[in-house]
Amino acid sequence: MAPVLRIDAVTKRFGAVVAVDDVSIDIGANECVALLGASGCGKTTLLRIMAGLEQPDSGRVFIGDDDVTAAPPYARPVNMMFQSYALFPHMTVHENVAFGLKQDGIKGAELTVRADEALKAVELGDLGARKPHQLSGGQRQRVALARCIAKRPRVLLLDEPMAALDKHLRERTQLELLALRKRLGISFVVVTHDQGEAMAMADRVAVMENGRILQLAPPRDLYERPANIQVARFFGDINVWNGVARSDGAVEIAHLGITVAVDGKHVPGESVAVALRPERIAVAPVGGPGLRGRIEDLVYLGSGTTYFVRTPLGGVVRVLAPNTGTPFAHGESVTLTWPAAALMVLAP
Amino acid sequence: MTSAVRRRFVLAIPWLWVTLVLFAPLLLVLKISFATAQISVPPYSEFFARTDGVIVGIQATLANYALMFSDALYVKAYLGSVKIAAISTVIALLLGYPMAYAIARARPERRGLLLVLVMLPFWTSFLVRIYAWQTLLRPTGLINSALETLGLIDAPLRMLNTPGAVCLGIVYAYLPFMVLPLYARLEKLDPALLEAAADLGAKPWRAFLSVTLPLSLPGVLAGCLLVFIPAVGEYVIPELMGGPDTLMIGKILWTEFFNNRDWPLASAVTVILLIVLVAPIMLFQAVQARASRSP
Ligand SMILES: Nc1ncnc2c1ncn2[C@@H]1O[C@H](COP(=O)(O)OP(=O)(O)OP(=O)(O)O)[C@@H](O)[C@H]1O
Ligand SMILES: [Mg+2]
Repeated sequence: MAPVLRIDAVTKRFGAVVAVDDVSIDIGANECVALLGASGCGKTTLLRIMAGLEQPDSGRVFIGDDDVTAAPPYARPVNMMFQSYALFPHMTVHENVAFGLKQDGIKGAELTVRADEALKAVELGDLGARKPHQLSGGQRQRVALARCIAKRPRVLLLDEPMAALDKHLRERTQLELLALRKRLGISFVVVTHDQGEAMAMADRVAVMENGRILQLAPPRDLYERPANIQVARFFGDINVWNGVARSDGAVEIAHLGITVAVDGKHVPGESVAVALRPERIAVAPVGGPGLRGRIEDLVYLGSGTTYFVRTPLGGVVRVLAPNTGTPFAHGESVTLTWPAAALMVLAP
Repeated sequence: MTSAVRRRFVLAIPWLWVTLVLFAPLLLVLKISFATAQISVPPYSEFFARTDGVIVGIQATLANYALMFSDALYVKAYLGSVKIAAISTVIALLLGYPMAYAIARARPERRGLLLVLVMLPFWTSFLVRIYAWQTLLRPTGLINSALETLGLIDAPLRMLNTPGAVCLGIVYAYLPFMVLPLYARLEKLDPALLEAAADLGAKPWRAFLSVTLPLSLPGVLAGCLLVFIPAVGEYVIPELMGGPDTLMIGKILWTEFFNNRDWPLASAVTVILLIVLVAPIMLFQAVQARASRSP
C-alpha cells in the first residue's frame, strides 16, 4: 500500500547545526512510527517538517501522492500535538477543540457534535466549559489530543505526548493512545526519548542520532538485530566484545580468552564487534563447559539480579539473571553459557 | 517593630502620597466648583457662610454646572476633545500595534534597541519637537515648499492650525505609550499558539484575529487609555498646532482660569472632565479583572 506520509532525503540546517541530515522515511496507513533518540538529535525538527512548521533545506515531503514540501501547515491534512500542548488560554476546552473544525468550515450542530465526539473519545465529555488553566496536566494533554483527532487528520504527529505525565498515567495513556489509533484508523508519528515507550507503542522505531536515522525497524528487530553498536546500546545495557576473525570464520575475543562462532563471512584478521544481551547469558555454579569467572559485583533489581563477572584474563561480563534459584554471592566462582544464536555481529 | 506594624507603615507611604497629590487637591477643586467667582483673593466666594467667625451654613451653587449644560460652547468643547482624542487613539493604535508586534517578533537581542528607538523622542524637550512640527507643516514650511518645488501644488496646503495637525501632534507625542503596553503583552505571547492555530488549519490572518488579537486585548486597552486620557485634557498641542476652529476642553479650561479668572467655572469644567474620563477607566478595570481570572 502507498505510504500516507513520505519524507524523501530531507535535510534541515540551523546555521552550522545539521538538525536533520538526509532522512528518508515512509509512514504507512494506520501505522505507528516512533522517532527515538537522545536530546537534540533532531526528532522535533523532523516532526515539524512533517507538519509544515519548518521548511527543509533540501528533500521532499509527500502526503499520499501530493508533494506538500512547500505547502503551509494550514493546508496539510496532518495535525501535531505540541509538547507544551499549546492550548488557547482564552478559549474553553470545547472552543479549543472546535477551533480546528471551524477552520474547515464546519458550523452549527455538526460543529458541536464533532467537538463533543472528540472530547468523549478522550473521556473529557463533561469538562467542555472549563478553561485550560482549570485543568490538570493529564487533562490538558487529553484536550490537546482531542483538538487534533477532532480534525480526523491522515497523520497525527505527537511530540513527546507523555513527557509531562507521571509514570502511572503515562502507561495508561500509552494504551489509550493505541486503542484510539485502532478505532480511528489514523497513522501516528510519536517522538520520544524513552525506548520503553517507543517499543510499547510503535510498529516501527526510527533510532536517530545527530540528525540521521541509524536504523528503522520493528522493535523486536532493533533489539535482537541492531544494525550497529549505537542502536544496540540504545536498548538497554549490552556486552560488546571486540574480536578478530580467524581463518575458519570464528571470532577470537582476546580479552576473554574465548573463540565464538558467528554468522556471516569475515576476512581473516578483520576486527569484528560481537554483542550479547546480559539476559541471554546463563549463570551456573562452576563445573561444565563455559566461560569461567568470579562475581565481582551484583545489583539486586527485584525481578532479577545484574551480576558483573570478572573472567581470568581480566574482562568483565554483564549478566542479568532472573531471581529464581539460589542467588549467587560476592566472590563466588561461576560458569557463564549462552546460546550461539544470541551472539550478534555489529557493524563497528 | 512587629511585621503588622511595619506593613502598615510601608502601606502608609503610598496612601499618604495619593492623599496629598490626588484626593486633597480634588476635594479643593470640588469645593471651588460650587462657589461663585468674585474679585478677591482667592477669586471665589467662601464655601462656608460665617457670622463673626462662626460657621452658620454653606453657600454652594450649582450655577457653574448649569452653565456648562446650557452654554453650547462647553458641550461642544467636551465633544470636540473626546472626538479628537478618540481619532488620535485609533490612529495611534493602528500605528502602534504593528510596531509593537514587529518589536515583539524581532530577535531578542534586537528588542532592547528597538524599544529605545521608540522612546528616543522623549530625550529632547517636548516643546522643541512640537516647534519642529510647526516648521514642517506651516504654509512656508518644509513640506509645502518641497511640494511646490516639485510642482505638485500651486498654493501652499493648510496643514498647521487644523484639527488634523492636532491629531498628528497627539499621535506623535503619545505613540510610545501605546507601543509599550502592547509590546509587553505581545512579547509574552507563546509562539507555539500561533503554530498550533496554523496546524489546525487557520490561515495567518485568521490566526491573528482569533489568537493574537484576543490575547493582546488587555494591552490594547491599556495603550488606548494611556493615549486617550491625557489627549482629552491636552492643552499644549491644540494651542500650538490647532486653529481657532479646534475647540478643546483644555483650551477652555485655560481661558476660564487665566484669562477670565473664573476659578469656580474652571473647577466645574475639571470635575465634569474627570467624570468623562472615569468611565473608560472603569471599563478597563472590568476587562482587566476578567483577564486576570483567565490568564
Ligand atoms: N529554531 C532553531 N534554531 C536553531 N537551532 C535549532 C532550532 N531548532 C532546533 N535547533 C537545533 O537543532 C538540533 C535538533 O533539535 P530538535 O529540537 O529537533 O531536537 P530533539 O531531538 O527534539 O531534542 P529534545 O529531545 O531535547 O526535544 C539541536 O541541536 C537544536 O539546538
Ligand atoms: Mg524535541
